[in-house]
Amino acid sequence: MKKKTVAILSILAVCTILFGFTGVNKYFIITSEDVAVKIPKGFPKPHYRFKNNKPSPEIFVLGRKLFYDPILSKDSTISCASCHQRIAAFGHIDHALSHGINGLIGKRNVPALQNLIWKDAFMWDGGVNHLEVQPLSPITNPIEMNESIAHVIEKLKHNKQYIEEFRAAFGDTSITSEKILKSLAQFTGLMISANSRYDKFMRGEDTFSMAELNGLEIFREKCASCHEEPLFTDNTYRNNGLKPDTALKDKGRSAITGDQFDDYKFLVPSLRNIEMTYPYMHDGRFRKLKNVLDHYGSPQNFTPLATKEMYEIGTLTEQDKKYLLTFLLTLTDKSFIYDRRFVDPFVQ
Amino acid sequence: MAALWAAMSFTKPSGGKFTITFHHYVGDKLLQLDTVIYNNAFGQPFTITKFKYYVGNIHLKKTNGTDVVFNDYYLVDEDESPSKKIDLDIPTGEYSGIEFIIGVDSLHNCSGAQSGALDPVNAMFWAWNTGYIFLKLEGKSPASKSSGNVFEYHIGGYKAPANCIRQVSLRFAQPFTVNNAGTKELHLKADAAEILKGSTAIDFSTLSSVTDFHNAATIANNYMGMFSVLSVN
Repeated sequence: MKKKTVAILSILAVCTILFGFTGVNKYFIITSEDVAVKIPKGFPKPHYRFKNNKPSPEIFVLGRKLFYDPILSKDSTISCASCHQRIAAFGHIDHALSHGINGLIGKRNVPALQNLIWKDAFMWDGGVNHLEVQPLSPITNPIEMNESIAHVIEKLKHNKQYIEEFRAAFGDTSITSEKILKSLAQFTGLMISANSRYDKFMRGEDTFSMAELNGLEIFREKCASCHEEPLFTDNTYRNNGLKPDTALKDKGRSAITGDQFDDYKFLVPSLRNIEMTYPYMHDGRFRKLKNVLDHYGSPQNFTPLATKEMYEIGTLTEQDKKYLLTFLLTLTDKSFIYDRRFVDPFVQ
Repeated sequence: MAALWAAMSFTKPSGGKFTITFHHYVGDKLLQLDTVIYNNAFGQPFTITKFKYYVGNIHLKKTNGTDVVFNDYYLVDEDESPSKKIDLDIPTGEYSGIEFIIGVDSLHNCSGAQSGALDPVNAMFWAWNTGYIFLKLEGKSPASKSSGNVFEYHIGGYKAPANCIRQVSLRFAQPFTVNNAGTKELHLKADAAEILKGSTAIDFSTLSSVTDFHNAATIANNYMGMFSVLSVN
């Protein structure tokens, strides 16, 4: 008995020393508990159910590394995380339009990432139909990462560490687009944000101030028909009455459907973590939430084709906007933003 | 599970080997990439530099009214000789025809990351508006006003506004019987010239590039008729 204890202690000591030398930080260790898919109370059934892509710590860790590795871009300068920054709730802080390789500027605002498994389509125009194929769009876009998936595979095949990580994740050393995409889907799919003060209030774990309660009431009356709880989007495409930007010439949804009726319609974005994701709107034209509310509360400024729900908002008073702002700040989920599972593994 | 299916498939009634070989033509001449000059319906000379397409949902029609169905997809590429021959195991019986689609069905356009013929690494995939490119025909013509006088027709789309999946249905001149011995060979002609004139003649000077849904259905209606049976033996 005593011998056994000594043996275990020795192993532990050796492990501690080894881990100390190899720099493995407990903070970055992912367990099977960490990758368990937990559907938050009150959330609907997710669209992506990890079918044929059962989460495992090794696959998640591989997906996380790929997400943070600029190797996915043509000149190895841009990673997914270059634009989807954790500190900005996986949006691009203080950048109105996306930035690509060689200093190229895109035509749309980087969307924040969270609760992606509830989405049936991706991008502001809904052009991408599946979480797993979503990364192919920024990887191959000439003004984003401008890379081919075939060349990404070639680069990864020349990296001994990646070969080992693919083996650990999938049981063999072959590197394929399917493995790359599925591991990225595990990492991004597990980015679930459901622990904001709003969520705690809904679960009865926290209380709202009078101002926040007033904000929630106004929100439910005037905003929730499109920004539907608990995801804060109904995943539809709508014209919100913004004047088209004459330089960007972005017609939005109609580029996908070919339907004139869809001109200038864009995805209703989730409002979760909106405090962190400035600037706002599909083209990042508003720096502050107050600017957004000023627009939504001024029907006289809408373009004629604004969705009818926009006109149902009516005029918002300054007091309404203050209450709404107070409420919107309750959608910030600090435990999501600081979740150790999502931290850049290259900084360890 | 996959292993179980594989094991079970061995228990089905025995049969023979069946091969489908695609022979690429331009009109009545075998297609030669890059080197041979052809003429379109407007008399515009052109060369072809790329010709590849998806074939799937193959149904072999039996004379007893039943179908033998194959669920795999095949990417047939003029530049890759082995891709022009499909090997299948088929049950014994008498067969009168074949049906397949040019393209990739809706389900396989919405299934996320896939491998084999449907691996996006094959560069037959649109990332910005998810979906497979069903057919690529590229070449050069002095009539084309595009940079480098190229023309490129990348046709895909499994839903509105341009569903470009096209069904091909071919009858064999004589039904043939598959027994337990030997191989039956079906030789199909795919005439690339049809893509440029099937139901609408394509003028390189006015339409040298199709890379999204605009004009895609026009080309799809043309390629619908590009296949015919050369021989069964």
